[in-house]
Amino acid sequence: MDYDLMLRVAPYFVEAAVITVQISILSTILGLTLGALIAAAKMSSIMVFRTFGTVFVSVIRGTPCLIQLFILYFGGPQIGINLDPFSAGVIGLGINIAAYMAETMRGAIITVDRGQIEASRTLGLSKLRTFYYVTLPQAARLMIRPLGVNINAQIKATALVSTISVVELTYTAQRYIGSTYKPFEMFILAGVLYMLIIYVVGRGVSYLDKKAVIQ
Amino acid sequence: MGLDFSVVPEFSDFILIGALWTFAITLSAGAVSFVGGIAFAVAVLYGHWSIRYPVRFIAGLFMGTPLLLQLFLIYFGLVQIGIDIPAFVAGIIGLGIHFAAYNSDIIQAGIKAVDNGQHEGARTLGLSKFQAYRYIIIPQAVRDVVPPIGNNLIALLKDSALISVIGVTELVHASQLAISETFRPFEFYITAAALYYVINLILEYGLRRVERNIAAAR
Repeated sequence: MDYDLMLRVAPYFVEAAVITVQISILSTILGLTLGALIAAAKMSSIMVFRTFGTVFVSVIRGTPCLIQLFILYFGGPQIGINLDPFSAGVIGLGINIAAYMAETMRGAIITVDRGQIEASRTLGLSKLRTFYYVTLPQAARLMIRPLGVNINAQIKATALVSTISVVELTYTAQRYIGSTYKPFEMFILAGVLYMLIIYVVGRGVSYLDKKAVIQ
Repeated sequence: MGLDFSVVPEFSDFILIGALWTFAITLSAGAVSFVGGIAFAVAVLYGHWSIRYPVRFIAGLFMGTPLLLQLFLIYFGLVQIGIDIPAFVAGIIGLGIHFAAYNSDIIQAGIKAVDNGQHEGARTLGLSKFQAYRYIIIPQAVRDVVPPIGNNLIALLKDSALISVIGVTELVHASQLAISETFRPFEFYITAAALYYVINLILEYGLRRVERNIAAAR
Protein backbone atom coordinates (compact mmCIF):
# COMPACT_ATOMS: atom_id res chain seq x y z
CA MET A 1 0.00 0.00 0.00
CA ASP A 2 1.45 3.32 -1.11
CA TYR A 3 0.31 5.82 1.54
CA ASP A 4 2.45 8.68 0.23
CA LEU A 5 0.76 8.47 -3.12
CA MET A 6 -2.68 8.34 -1.49
CA LEU A 7 -1.90 11.43 0.55
CA ARG A 8 -0.61 13.24 -2.51
CA VAL A 9 -3.68 12.62 -4.65
CA ALA A 10 -6.23 12.96 -1.83
CA PRO A 11 -6.92 16.69 -2.47
CA TYR A 12 -7.89 15.93 -6.08
CA PHE A 13 -10.23 13.22 -4.86
CA VAL A 14 -11.88 15.60 -2.43
CA GLU A 15 -12.38 18.09 -5.26
CA ALA A 16 -13.96 15.34 -7.33
CA ALA A 17 -16.15 14.32 -4.40
CA VAL A 18 -17.56 17.85 -4.38
CA ILE A 19 -18.66 17.34 -8.00
CA THR A 20 -20.24 14.02 -7.00
CA VAL A 21 -22.14 15.79 -4.22
CA GLN A 22 -23.28 18.52 -6.63
CA ILE A 23 -24.56 15.97 -9.12
CA SER A 24 -26.29 14.04 -6.34
CA ILE A 25 -28.04 17.11 -4.97
CA LEU A 26 -29.13 18.52 -8.33
CA SER A 27 -30.33 15.20 -9.73
CA THR A 28 -32.14 14.37 -6.48
CA ILE A 29 -33.99 17.69 -6.59
CA LEU A 30 -34.91 17.07 -10.22
CA GLY A 31 -35.89 13.49 -9.38
CA LEU A 32 -38.11 14.50 -6.46
CA THR A 33 -39.89 17.20 -8.47
CA LEU A 34 -40.37 15.07 -11.55
CA GLY A 35 -41.24 12.07 -9.37
CA ALA A 36 -44.03 14.02 -7.64
CA LEU A 37 -45.44 15.01 -11.03
CA ILE A 38 -45.27 11.45 -12.33
CA ALA A 39 -46.87 10.11 -9.15
CA ALA A 40 -49.66 12.67 -9.58
CA ALA A 41 -50.04 11.67 -13.23
CA LYS A 42 -50.25 8.00 -12.31
CA MET A 43 -53.01 8.66 -9.77
CA SER A 44 -54.83 11.15 -11.96
CA SER A 45 -58.41 10.53 -13.08
CA ILE A 46 -57.47 11.53 -16.63
CA MET A 47 -56.60 8.47 -18.69
CA VAL A 48 -53.90 10.13 -20.83
CA PHE A 49 -51.90 11.21 -17.78
CA ARG A 50 -52.34 7.84 -16.14
CA THR A 51 -51.09 5.98 -19.21
CA PHE A 52 -48.16 8.34 -19.57
CA GLY A 53 -47.18 7.85 -15.93
CA THR A 54 -47.44 4.08 -16.15
CA VAL A 55 -45.43 3.84 -19.38
CA PHE A 56 -42.79 6.27 -18.11
CA VAL A 57 -42.23 4.33 -14.89
CA SER A 58 -42.22 0.97 -16.65
CA VAL A 59 -39.78 2.00 -19.38
CA ILE A 60 -37.38 3.89 -17.12
CA ARG A 61 -37.35 1.15 -14.51
CA GLY A 62 -37.11 -1.53 -17.17
CA THR A 63 -33.93 -0.30 -18.86
CA PRO A 64 -30.45 0.35 -17.46
CA CYS A 65 -29.58 3.82 -16.26
CA LEU A 66 -26.34 3.60 -18.24
CA ILE A 67 -28.25 3.20 -21.51
CA GLN A 68 -30.50 6.11 -20.62
CA LEU A 69 -27.46 8.31 -20.05
CA PHE A 70 -25.94 7.17 -23.35
CA ILE A 71 -29.15 7.86 -25.26
CA LEU A 72 -29.33 11.35 -23.77
CA TYR A 73 -25.66 12.27 -24.14
CA PHE A 74 -24.53 10.45 -27.30
CA GLY A 75 -27.89 10.08 -29.02
CA GLY A 76 -29.24 13.50 -28.00
CA PRO A 77 -27.38 15.52 -30.65
CA GLN A 78 -29.05 13.43 -33.38
CA ILE A 79 -32.46 14.69 -32.28
CA GLY A 80 -31.26 18.21 -31.55
CA ILE A 81 -30.47 17.93 -27.83
CA ASN A 82 -26.94 19.16 -27.21
CA LEU A 83 -25.92 18.91 -23.56
CA ASP A 84 -22.58 19.19 -21.86
CA PRO A 85 -21.60 16.08 -19.86
CA PHE A 86 -22.49 17.58 -16.48
CA SER A 87 -26.02 18.64 -17.48
CA ALA A 88 -26.61 15.38 -19.32
CA GLY A 89 -25.54 13.52 -16.19
CA VAL A 90 -27.80 15.51 -13.90
CA ILE A 91 -30.81 15.34 -16.22
CA GLY A 92 -30.30 11.65 -17.04
CA LEU A 93 -29.89 10.59 -13.42
CA GLY A 94 -32.77 12.88 -12.41
CA ILE A 95 -35.15 11.31 -14.94
CA ASN A 96 -34.04 7.82 -13.91
CA ILE A 97 -34.52 8.32 -10.19
CA ALA A 98 -37.82 10.16 -10.79
CA ALA A 99 -39.43 6.87 -11.82
CA TYR A 100 -38.36 5.23 -8.57
CA MET A 101 -39.31 8.29 -6.49
CA ALA A 102 -42.74 8.36 -8.15
CA GLU A 103 -43.43 4.76 -7.15
CA THR A 104 -42.25 5.41 -3.59
CA MET A 105 -44.49 8.46 -3.26
CA ARG A 106 -47.47 6.73 -4.80
CA GLY A 107 -46.93 3.75 -2.51
CA ALA A 108 -46.94 5.99 0.56
CA ILE A 109 -50.01 7.92 -0.56
CA ILE A 110 -52.14 4.86 -1.26
CA THR A 111 -51.09 3.36 2.08
CA VAL A 112 -52.90 6.13 3.96
CA ASP A 113 -56.12 4.66 5.30
CA ARG A 114 -59.09 5.21 3.01
CA GLY A 115 -61.27 6.01 6.00
CA GLN A 116 -59.22 9.13 6.63
CA ILE A 117 -60.06 10.48 3.20
CA GLU A 118 -63.72 9.49 3.44
CA ALA A 119 -64.02 11.12 6.85
CA SER A 120 -62.49 14.39 5.76
CA ARG A 121 -64.65 14.45 2.62
CA THR A 122 -67.69 13.87 4.84
CA LEU A 123 -66.58 16.77 7.03
CA GLY A 124 -66.84 18.96 3.95
CA LEU A 125 -63.22 19.37 2.91
CA SER A 126 -62.64 19.64 -0.82
CA LYS A 127 -60.60 16.98 -2.59
CA LEU A 128 -57.58 19.28 -2.74
CA ARG A 129 -57.83 20.23 0.93
CA THR A 130 -58.27 16.60 1.90
CA PHE A 131 -55.07 15.76 0.08
CA TYR A 132 -53.16 18.72 1.49
CA TYR A 133 -54.31 18.56 5.12
CA VAL A 134 -55.08 14.87 5.65
CA THR A 135 -53.41 12.56 3.15
CA LEU A 136 -50.13 14.34 2.51
CA PRO A 137 -48.99 14.86 6.11
CA GLN A 138 -49.52 11.17 6.84
CA ALA A 139 -47.98 9.98 3.58
CA ALA A 140 -44.96 12.29 3.97
CA ARG A 141 -43.98 10.51 7.15
CA LEU A 142 -44.16 7.11 5.47
CA MET A 143 -42.11 8.39 2.53
CA ILE A 144 -39.03 9.64 4.33
CA ARG A 145 -37.24 6.34 4.84
CA PRO A 146 -37.85 4.79 1.38
CA LEU A 147 -37.00 8.09 -0.31
CA GLY A 148 -33.78 8.04 1.72
CA VAL A 149 -33.02 4.60 0.31
CA ASN A 150 -33.57 6.01 -3.18
CA ILE A 151 -31.24 8.91 -2.51
CA ASN A 152 -28.62 6.48 -1.23
CA ALA A 153 -28.91 4.51 -4.48
CA GLN A 154 -28.76 7.78 -6.40
CA ILE A 155 -25.43 8.77 -4.84
CA LYS A 156 -23.94 5.47 -5.94
CA ALA A 157 -25.50 5.84 -9.38
CA THR A 158 -23.64 9.12 -9.89
CA ALA A 159 -20.59 6.92 -10.57
CA LEU A 160 -22.23 6.14 -13.93
CA VAL A 161 -21.74 9.66 -15.23
CA SER A 162 -18.00 8.96 -15.31
CA THR A 163 -18.77 7.04 -18.51
CA ILE A 164 -19.95 10.23 -20.20
CA SER A 165 -16.73 11.95 -19.08
CA VAL A 166 -17.97 13.97 -16.12
CA VAL A 167 -14.93 14.44 -13.91
CA GLU A 168 -16.38 13.16 -10.64
CA LEU A 169 -15.06 10.72 -8.07
CA THR A 170 -15.08 7.53 -10.13
CA TYR A 171 -13.68 9.24 -13.20
CA THR A 172 -10.89 10.71 -11.09
CA ALA A 173 -10.14 7.33 -9.53
CA GLN A 174 -10.04 5.79 -13.00
CA ARG A 175 -7.72 8.47 -14.27
CA TYR A 176 -5.31 7.95 -11.40
CA ILE A 177 -5.52 4.18 -11.79
CA GLY A 178 -4.55 4.74 -15.40
CA SER A 179 -1.54 6.86 -14.56
CA THR A 180 -0.31 5.16 -11.37
CA TYR A 181 -1.41 1.52 -11.82
CA LYS A 182 -2.47 1.43 -8.19
CA PRO A 183 -6.14 0.39 -8.31
CA PHE A 184 -6.37 -0.64 -4.65
CA GLU A 185 -5.13 2.68 -3.31
CA MET A 186 -7.34 4.70 -5.64
CA PHE A 187 -10.36 2.52 -4.95
CA ILE A 188 -9.94 2.87 -1.22
CA LEU A 189 -9.71 6.66 -1.48
CA ALA A 190 -12.78 6.91 -3.66
CA GLY A 191 -14.63 4.27 -1.64
CA VAL A 192 -14.01 6.06 1.64
CA LEU A 193 -15.31 9.32 0.20
CA TYR A 194 -18.44 7.65 -1.20
CA MET A 195 -19.12 5.98 2.13
CA LEU A 196 -18.62 9.28 3.91
CA ILE A 197 -21.17 11.01 1.67
CA ILE A 198 -23.63 8.16 2.08
CA TYR A 199 -23.11 8.11 5.85
CA VAL A 200 -23.83 11.82 6.19
CA VAL A 201 -26.97 11.57 4.04
CA GLY A 202 -28.08 8.47 5.96
CA ARG A 203 -27.76 10.31 9.26
CA GLY A 204 -29.75 13.22 7.84
CA VAL A 205 -32.54 10.90 6.72
CA SER A 206 -32.61 9.12 10.11
CA TYR A 207 -32.89 12.49 11.84
CA LEU A 208 -35.80 13.57 9.66
CA ASP A 209 -37.46 10.20 10.10
CA LYS A 210 -37.19 10.38 13.88
CA LYS A 211 -38.53 13.90 13.92
CA ALA A 212 -41.47 12.92 11.75
CA VAL A 213 -42.37 10.02 14.04
CA ILE A 214 -42.32 12.22 17.15
CA GLN A 215 -44.75 14.63 15.51
CA MET B 1 -28.61 14.26 -38.89
CA GLY B 2 -31.97 12.56 -38.84
CA LEU B 3 -32.81 9.19 -37.45
CA ASP B 4 -32.39 6.12 -39.58
CA PHE B 5 -33.18 2.80 -37.97
CA SER B 6 -32.47 0.90 -41.19
CA VAL B 7 -28.81 0.62 -40.16
CA VAL B 8 -29.76 -1.57 -37.21
CA PRO B 9 -30.75 -4.84 -38.94
CA GLU B 10 -27.30 -5.11 -40.51
CA PHE B 11 -25.88 -5.61 -37.05
CA SER B 12 -28.75 -7.65 -35.68
CA ASP B 13 -26.77 -10.91 -35.26
CA PHE B 14 -24.04 -9.11 -33.44
CA ILE B 15 -26.40 -7.30 -31.10
CA LEU B 16 -28.50 -10.38 -30.41
CA ILE B 17 -25.38 -12.26 -29.38
CA GLY B 18 -24.63 -9.35 -27.07
CA ALA B 19 -28.14 -9.68 -25.64
CA LEU B 20 -27.57 -13.40 -25.08
CA TRP B 21 -24.36 -12.60 -23.23
CA THR B 22 -26.26 -10.12 -21.08
CA PHE B 23 -28.85 -12.76 -20.30
CA ALA B 24 -26.23 -15.42 -19.52
CA ILE B 25 -24.19 -13.06 -17.35
CA THR B 26 -27.31 -11.97 -15.49
CA LEU B 27 -28.25 -15.57 -14.72
CA SER B 28 -24.71 -16.58 -13.69
CA ALA B 29 -24.18 -13.51 -11.54
CA GLY B 30 -27.69 -14.04 -10.17
CA ALA B 31 -26.70 -17.55 -9.10
CA VAL B 32 -23.52 -16.21 -7.47
CA SER B 33 -25.50 -13.50 -5.68
CA PHE B 34 -28.04 -16.06 -4.42
CA VAL B 35 -25.50 -18.57 -3.10
CA GLY B 36 -23.28 -15.76 -1.82
CA GLY B 37 -26.27 -14.11 -0.14
CA ILE B 38 -27.06 -17.33 1.70
CA ALA B 39 -23.42 -17.75 2.72
CA PHE B 40 -23.22 -14.16 3.98
CA ALA B 41 -26.52 -14.50 5.83
CA VAL B 42 -25.47 -17.77 7.51
CA ALA B 43 -22.13 -16.26 8.48
CA VAL B 44 -23.76 -13.17 9.98
CA LEU B 45 -26.59 -15.01 11.75
CA TYR B 46 -24.77 -18.06 13.07
CA GLY B 47 -21.05 -17.41 12.62
CA HIS B 48 -18.53 -16.90 15.37
CA TRP B 49 -17.88 -13.19 15.94
CA SER B 50 -14.50 -13.52 14.22
CA ILE B 51 -16.38 -14.44 11.05
CA ARG B 52 -19.52 -12.39 11.65
CA TYR B 53 -17.90 -8.96 11.93
CA PRO B 54 -15.59 -9.24 8.90
CA VAL B 55 -18.48 -10.49 6.75
CA ARG B 56 -20.70 -7.66 7.91
CA PHE B 57 -17.92 -5.19 7.21
CA ILE B 58 -17.35 -6.54 3.71
CA ALA B 59 -21.07 -6.56 2.94
CA GLY B 60 -21.19 -2.94 4.15
CA LEU B 61 -18.34 -2.03 1.82
CA PHE B 62 -20.11 -3.55 -1.15
CA MET B 63 -23.38 -1.79 -0.32
CA GLY B 64 -21.78 1.55 0.47
CA THR B 65 -19.74 2.08 -2.69
CA PRO B 66 -20.74 2.22 -6.35
CA LEU B 67 -20.76 -1.03 -8.30
CA LEU B 68 -18.75 0.59 -11.10
CA LEU B 69 -15.89 1.24 -8.71
CA GLN B 70 -16.04 -2.34 -7.43
CA LEU B 71 -15.85 -3.70 -10.96
CA PHE B 72 -12.77 -1.60 -11.66
CA LEU B 73 -11.16 -2.82 -8.47
CA ILE B 74 -11.88 -6.48 -9.17
CA TYR B 75 -10.78 -6.33 -12.77
CA PHE B 76 -7.77 -4.02 -12.54
CA GLY B 77 -6.97 -4.51 -8.86
CA LEU B 78 -6.64 -8.29 -8.96
CA VAL B 79 -4.09 -7.94 -11.75
CA GLN B 80 -2.05 -5.77 -9.40
CA ILE B 81 -1.76 -8.67 -6.95
CA GLY B 82 -1.07 -11.13 -9.75
CA ILE B 83 -4.51 -12.64 -10.38
CA ASP B 84 -5.36 -12.28 -14.04
CA ILE B 85 -8.97 -13.27 -14.79
CA PRO B 86 -11.03 -12.74 -17.94
CA ALA B 87 -13.21 -9.63 -17.95
CA PHE B 88 -16.50 -11.51 -17.98
CA VAL B 89 -15.46 -13.58 -14.96
CA ALA B 90 -14.53 -10.38 -13.14
CA GLY B 91 -17.92 -9.00 -14.13
CA ILE B 92 -19.81 -12.03 -12.83
CA ILE B 93 -17.85 -11.99 -9.56
CA GLY B 94 -18.34 -8.24 -9.11
CA LEU B 95 -22.06 -8.27 -9.86
CA GLY B 96 -22.48 -11.48 -7.86
CA ILE B 97 -20.84 -10.23 -4.68
CA HIS B 98 -22.44 -6.80 -4.91
CA PHE B 99 -25.92 -8.29 -5.02
CA ALA B 100 -25.00 -11.06 -2.56
CA ALA B 101 -24.59 -8.30 0.02
CA TYR B 102 -28.12 -7.07 -0.68
CA ASN B 103 -29.57 -10.59 -0.81
CA SER B 104 -27.90 -11.41 2.49
CA ASP B 105 -29.87 -8.62 4.20
CA ILE B 106 -33.11 -9.93 2.73
CA ILE B 107 -32.39 -13.53 3.75
CA GLN B 108 -31.44 -12.50 7.28
CA ALA B 109 -34.64 -10.51 7.64
CA GLY B 110 -36.65 -13.42 6.23
CA ILE B 111 -35.23 -15.92 8.70
CA LYS B 112 -35.58 -13.55 11.64
CA ALA B 113 -39.19 -12.84 10.67
CA VAL B 114 -40.18 -16.47 11.29
CA ASP B 115 -41.70 -16.59 14.75
CA ASN B 116 -39.32 -17.96 17.37
CA GLY B 117 -42.11 -20.21 18.65
CA GLN B 118 -41.94 -22.15 15.40
CA HIS B 119 -38.37 -23.12 16.12
CA GLU B 120 -39.07 -23.95 19.75
CA GLY B 121 -42.13 -25.94 18.77
CA ALA B 122 -40.22 -27.98 16.21
CA ARG B 123 -37.46 -28.72 18.69
CA THR B 124 -39.99 -29.73 21.36
CA LEU B 125 -41.56 -32.15 18.90
CA GLY B 126 -38.18 -33.87 18.66
CA LEU B 127 -36.86 -32.50 15.37
CA SER B 128 -33.13 -31.99 15.23
CA LYS B 129 -31.81 -28.48 14.68
CA PHE B 130 -31.16 -29.30 11.04
CA GLN B 131 -34.63 -30.76 10.57
CA ALA B 132 -36.20 -27.74 12.24
CA TYR B 133 -34.52 -25.49 9.70
CA ARG B 134 -35.11 -27.80 6.77
CA TYR B 135 -38.82 -28.44 7.35
CA ILE B 136 -40.07 -25.58 9.50
CA ILE B 137 -38.03 -22.38 9.31
CA ILE B 138 -36.76 -22.27 5.74
CA PRO B 139 -40.07 -23.10 4.00
CA GLN B 140 -41.66 -20.18 5.85
CA ALA B 141 -38.76 -17.81 5.21
CA VAL B 142 -38.67 -18.62 1.48
CA ARG B 143 -42.09 -17.11 0.93
CA ASP B 144 -40.98 -13.72 2.23
CA VAL B 145 -37.55 -13.87 0.68
CA VAL B 146 -38.23 -14.81 -2.94
CA PRO B 147 -40.03 -11.66 -4.18
CA PRO B 148 -37.36 -9.16 -3.02
CA ILE B 149 -34.56 -11.43 -4.26
CA GLY B 150 -36.36 -11.49 -7.60
CA ASN B 151 -36.37 -7.69 -7.59
CA ASN B 152 -32.64 -7.81 -7.02
CA LEU B 153 -32.23 -10.09 -10.02
CA ILE B 154 -34.02 -7.50 -12.16
CA ALA B 155 -31.76 -4.79 -10.74
CA LEU B 156 -28.82 -7.03 -11.51
CA LEU B 157 -29.91 -7.31 -15.14
CA LYS B 158 -29.86 -3.54 -15.45
CA ASP B 159 -26.56 -3.18 -13.62
CA SER B 160 -25.00 -5.81 -15.87
CA ALA B 161 -24.78 -2.95 -18.39
CA LEU B 162 -21.91 -1.63 -16.29
CA ILE B 163 -19.59 -4.47 -17.15
CA SER B 164 -19.35 -3.04 -20.66
CA VAL B 165 -16.82 -0.62 -19.15
CA ILE B 166 -14.37 -3.42 -18.36
CA GLY B 167 -14.66 -4.62 -21.94
CA VAL B 168 -17.13 -7.50 -21.84
CA THR B 169 -18.97 -7.62 -25.17
CA GLU B 170 -22.49 -7.77 -23.82
CA LEU B 171 -25.43 -5.77 -25.09
CA VAL B 172 -24.08 -2.28 -24.36
CA HIS B 173 -20.58 -2.97 -25.59
CA ALA B 174 -21.89 -4.67 -28.74
CA SER B 175 -23.99 -1.56 -29.39
CA GLN B 176 -20.96 0.64 -28.85
CA LEU B 177 -18.98 -1.36 -31.40
CA ALA B 178 -21.80 -1.02 -33.91
CA ILE B 179 -21.95 2.71 -33.18
CA SER B 180 -18.23 3.10 -33.79
CA GLU B 181 -18.83 1.84 -37.31
CA THR B 182 -22.03 3.70 -38.12
CA PHE B 183 -21.90 6.81 -35.90
CA ARG B 184 -25.55 6.35 -35.02
CA PRO B 185 -25.69 6.24 -31.21
CA PHE B 186 -29.38 7.04 -30.85
CA GLU B 187 -30.64 4.17 -32.99
CA PHE B 188 -28.42 1.54 -31.42
CA TYR B 189 -28.90 2.63 -27.81
CA ILE B 190 -32.66 2.70 -28.29
CA THR B 191 -32.43 -0.81 -29.73
CA ALA B 192 -30.35 -1.92 -26.76
CA ALA B 193 -32.85 -0.34 -24.36
CA ALA B 194 -35.68 -2.21 -26.09
CA LEU B 195 -33.79 -5.49 -25.78
CA TYR B 196 -33.15 -4.87 -22.09
CA TYR B 197 -36.84 -4.23 -21.67
CA VAL B 198 -37.64 -7.55 -23.36
CA ILE B 199 -35.16 -9.47 -21.19
CA ASN B 200 -36.67 -7.71 -18.22
CA LEU B 201 -40.15 -8.91 -19.20
CA ILE B 202 -38.87 -12.47 -19.61
CA LEU B 203 -37.26 -12.43 -16.18
CA GLU B 204 -40.35 -10.92 -14.61
CA TYR B 205 -42.51 -13.60 -16.17
CA GLY B 206 -40.19 -16.33 -14.85
CA LEU B 207 -40.12 -14.81 -11.39
CA ARG B 208 -43.88 -14.50 -11.25
CA ARG B 209 -44.18 -18.20 -12.07
CA VAL B 210 -41.73 -19.09 -9.32
CA GLU B 211 -43.65 -16.95 -6.86
CA ARG B 212 -46.91 -18.57 -7.85
CA ASN B 213 -45.44 -22.04 -7.37
CA ILE B 214 -44.25 -21.10 -3.91
CA ALA B 215 -47.61 -19.63 -3.01
CA ALA B 216 -49.33 -22.80 -4.26
CA ALA B 217 -47.01 -25.01 -2.21
CA ARG B 218 -48.09 -23.37 1.01
